[in-house]
Amino acid sequence: MKFQTPAGHNPIDRMSVVGQPLDRIDGPLKTTGTAPYAYEQHDAAPDAAYGHVVGAGIAKGRIRRLDIKAAERAPGVLAVITADTAGPLEVGPHNTVPLLGGPEIRHYHQAVALVVAESFEAARAAAGRVRIEYEAHAGAYDLEAARTTATAPEANAQMGEPDTQVGDFLGAFADAPVRLDETYTTPDQSHMMMEPHASIARWDDGTLTLWTSTQMVEWCARGIAKTLRMDRSKVHVISPYIGGGFGGKLFLRADALLAALGARATGRPVKVALHRPLIANNSTHRPATIQRVRLGATRDGVITAIGHESWSGDQPGGGPETAVSQTRLLYAGANRLTAMRLAVLDLPEGNSMRAPGEAPGMMALEIAMDEMAEKLRLDPVEFRIRNDTQVDPENPERPFSARPLITCLQTGAAQFGWQRRDARPGRVKDGQWLVGLGMAAAFRNNLPMTSGARVRLDGDGRITVETDMTDIGTGSYTIIAQTAAEMMGVRMDQVEVRLGDSTYPVSAGSGGQFGANNATSGVYAACIGLREEVARRLGFNSQDADFADGQVRSGNRSAPLASAAARGEIVAEDRIEYGDLHKTHQQSTFGSHFVEVAVDGATGEVRVRRMLAVCAAGRILNPKSARSQVIGAMTMGVGAALMEHLKVDTRRGFFVNHDLASYEVPVHADIPHQEVIFLDETDPMSSPMKAKGVGELGICGVAAAVANAIYNATGVRVRDYPITLDTYLDRLPDVA
Amino acid sequence: MIPFTYERPGSPAEAAAAAAKPGAKLIAGGTNLLDLMKLEIETPVHLVDVNGLALDTIEATGDGGLRIGALVSNTDLAADARVRRDYAVLSRALVSGASGQLRNKATTAGNLLQRTRCPYFYDTAQPCNKRSPGSGCSAIGGMTRQLAIIGASEACIATHPSDMAVALRVLDAEIETLSGEGTTRRIPMAEFHRLPGDTPEIETALNAGNLITAVILPRPVPGRHVYRKVRDRASYAFALVSVAAIIEDGGRGRVALGGVAHKPWRVEAAESELARGARATTARLLEGARPSRDNAFKITLVERTLDAILSDARGAQ
Repeated sequence: MKFQTPAGHNPIDRMSVVGQPLDRIDGPLKTTGTAPYAYEQHDAAPDAAYGHVVGAGIAKGRIRRLDIKAAERAPGVLAVITADTAGPLEVGPHNTVPLLGGPEIRHYHQAVALVVAESFEAARAAAGRVRIEYEAHAGAYDLEAARTTATAPEANAQMGEPDTQVGDFLGAFADAPVRLDETYTTPDQSHMMMEPHASIARWDDGTLTLWTSTQMVEWCARGIAKTLRMDRSKVHVISPYIGGGFGGKLFLRADALLAALGARATGRPVKVALHRPLIANNSTHRPATIQRVRLGATRDGVITAIGHESWSGDQPGGGPETAVSQTRLLYAGANRLTAMRLAVLDLPEGNSMRAPGEAPGMMALEIAMDEMAEKLRLDPVEFRIRNDTQVDPENPERPFSARPLITCLQTGAAQFGWQRRDARPGRVKDGQWLVGLGMAAAFRNNLPMTSGARVRLDGDGRITVETDMTDIGTGSYTIIAQTAAEMMGVRMDQVEVRLGDSTYPVSAGSGGQFGANNATSGVYAACIGLREEVARRLGFNSQDADFADGQVRSGNRSAPLASAAARGEIVAEDRIEYGDLHKTHQQSTFGSHFVEVAVDGATGEVRVRRMLAVCAAGRILNPKSARSQVIGAMTMGVGAALMEHLKVDTRRGFFVNHDLASYEVPVHADIPHQEVIFLDETDPMSSPMKAKGVGELGICGVAAAVANAIYNATGVRVRDYPITLDTYLDRLPDVA
Repeated sequence: MIPFTYERPGSPAEAAAAAAKPGAKLIAGGTNLLDLMKLEIETPVHLVDVNGLALDTIEATGDGGLRIGALVSNTDLAADARVRRDYAVLSRALVSGASGQLRNKATTAGNLLQRTRCPYFYDTAQPCNKRSPGSGCSAIGGMTRQLAIIGASEACIATHPSDMAVALRVLDAEIETLSGEGTTRRIPMAEFHRLPGDTPEIETALNAGNLITAVILPRPVPGRHVYRKVRDRASYAFALVSVAAIIEDGGRGRVALGGVAHKPWRVEAAESELARGARATTARLLEGARPSRDNAFKITLVERTLDAILSDARGAQ
């Protein structure tokens, strides 16, 4: 199905199942521990051997000598795989650095060996017997130091051009009566999902079956096929349950490749999980940024010049953190400049994490907006309202498909009690605590992606959906079932959803908050095909047939849905493909974040007290799972604001705090009362579902709202994340 | 983890004798040791499991104190009515540490013997004098924000992570040990943990084959018992700094610090400055501190935290 014109009235608009706050259908499996995650596919791959990964102990250089003899002789060891023994390997289409290093080492903890043994303990013990001598080379590990060497990255579809300019930014900025020119920094961050990267591999006559934890089944399949120089059709990827990904499991990683190599070498299924201390440096991370924001405005708060430049680093051949992308779209302003610069660093490879681009970009831009509002003596909500735009400000002929940013801001302000905020910082005290309110806009694009599905109707009237879509904890199973139930007029318990298998039609996968809208639209397309075939078999005109309560009705006639499949299962398959509505209309999601913090006047410790997010993201397919997505994202925003920070040892070139004891994320005690409001919105430009993404909208802007609340509480402006107490302790006002 | 043998001795004396053998290690709650064994930072070839020894009671001593068995869990110790009433600083320190699950497993003796959380100690690809004596200290000049500001050496700048130990130091507790030969010893908390010097791998005054049998608390110290732990998140994090204090009316009292040194940090002479306030006390307590650029804030943080404690104590009078 090609989606080329705005969606008209369709069966989803009934909202009898779609749009209902239903419990997750996979919930009981997960809460009882019976959902088989990749490492737990004991039944599918019995007799698996265990692989343990050895990571490089230097950041850059060469292996001078790799001695695996002691490891090979260790009890229970079946094989030791290294670059010498693995056979020829290519680099997958999404990978920047070879997943199995040696003799050249490109980053710390790059895998250099896999030890396969009869037990996990034997593999781990033997891995400790691998002896490696390195020749360390000097590398570049410090973004600030490498900033002057950064160059413009090549344009691509995801980030667009590295530079954009509209009007005369420099002239308008110089002439603006009120100006802001500040630099902000965001640190390297790690995904730190609960389930580590994990895979089991098995070979049968040249065909590889891979049970793995991946957000994008097809990307993983293509990645392993390319890396092992084999035909894509000889790869079967299975990933029904994923314990979080956050962008860290978008494509092939070392666990899957090494499991495949280990299984090939031993003739046994082999399972590999990256142990926690390896993940931060072995896998991908969100790269640090340095961001300069310049705003020029008239005295009455109309932005006349808006400039945002971002510097980030990556391995040679890698890409930038696209931290300026929201600034191209979020606020009006006749004169504009954005630029991204990329430095070569020898740190582990950077890639997508939790709203790449906008999450760190909004961390800078939305502090800048708060600072500018103060310079203008304007309320920060009002300042944003004054600079709303209903068209793409770089291409004014492109309207937004829907843009209720002002409603989000006003609703949030009213619901949060924003009018009670004292604009003068440091004025509100509650015992030892300094109390402040802060806010930020939220913004994240909607990304249309081709997505396929297959639906089956059997003689009992049951619907089965098959798609390689993944559920990374988001609720995909449930919203897909809701879509099929709505389309076919059956109950939820009459729908079975099968996900995460590369023998199913290729879906959008999970990432970039694009999964829900695209995957359900693919199911919608397949269901349209199934409805047509049902109507044909029942002798109905498919155009006016109504599917409800297990019946198909047309005019005065009606027949049980099941009867259409009485003589055999009916199968329909289709995919959603997009025309150019997203080119003629900018499709984005909008919101507002409001935060109340208390800062201990003595120690500077920050405690978030209340949070509110207002989201406009098209049709909300399941308000319960969508709310869970948003409160999870808000929690990540608090982490980004206050604690998440991969600390670089710039001498030795690695992330030092590479475990969950030292890379801190919020615990329950850090997270207060959270509220989420969804605006009632449908976007007929986005898809037949009239939905857009919502998960990542929930993180974009949160950290800045926290930073702005800390400023309101204390009068201390911090422009470097995370905002830990040591960065402002000596600037706190006297509480006593 | 390397293969090891395992035994459950029948008495404290047997345990001490078994622990004296080369490569042997005592295990109680295992909340730290097992992690270290998995990473091959600790590589015992023989584990002596003391959990079966009847060292899990808290009893009154003849001189008005408490004798805490080595195997009393952190949870039980924190919840003991006598501890909560008479040694509140200890109870408060305990509940600020780790998580509920860990406190259920962790023991009194094990808590004292936990090892540093310096990230370079935990990364076996990095030099570390504590882990591999003579290999060098990779933390110096590296990521030092959490590390020691005082009492450190050119060999090691690690901190001791325990909260409980800081409270025991301010309470002047003593550690009772039993050797393989059957002799008992009482080691004052002040002498129990060592500064790193040239031998950061030697962390306590224990000898090989010494078994901690109990921690002895002297008669209760009157005053307001406070434990204030400052950290980057609200729970389940090690201290940036912590302050254990017992403040009497009139501003006299005792104070010990966590998160600043290789051992709980107390300078008795500094306590005479308490009546003059946090600045004077901190100056004396941390006299000779040599912080790095990344952890110099700890001095300010100690002073501000102590100031808040003293101010609260004044307000409560």
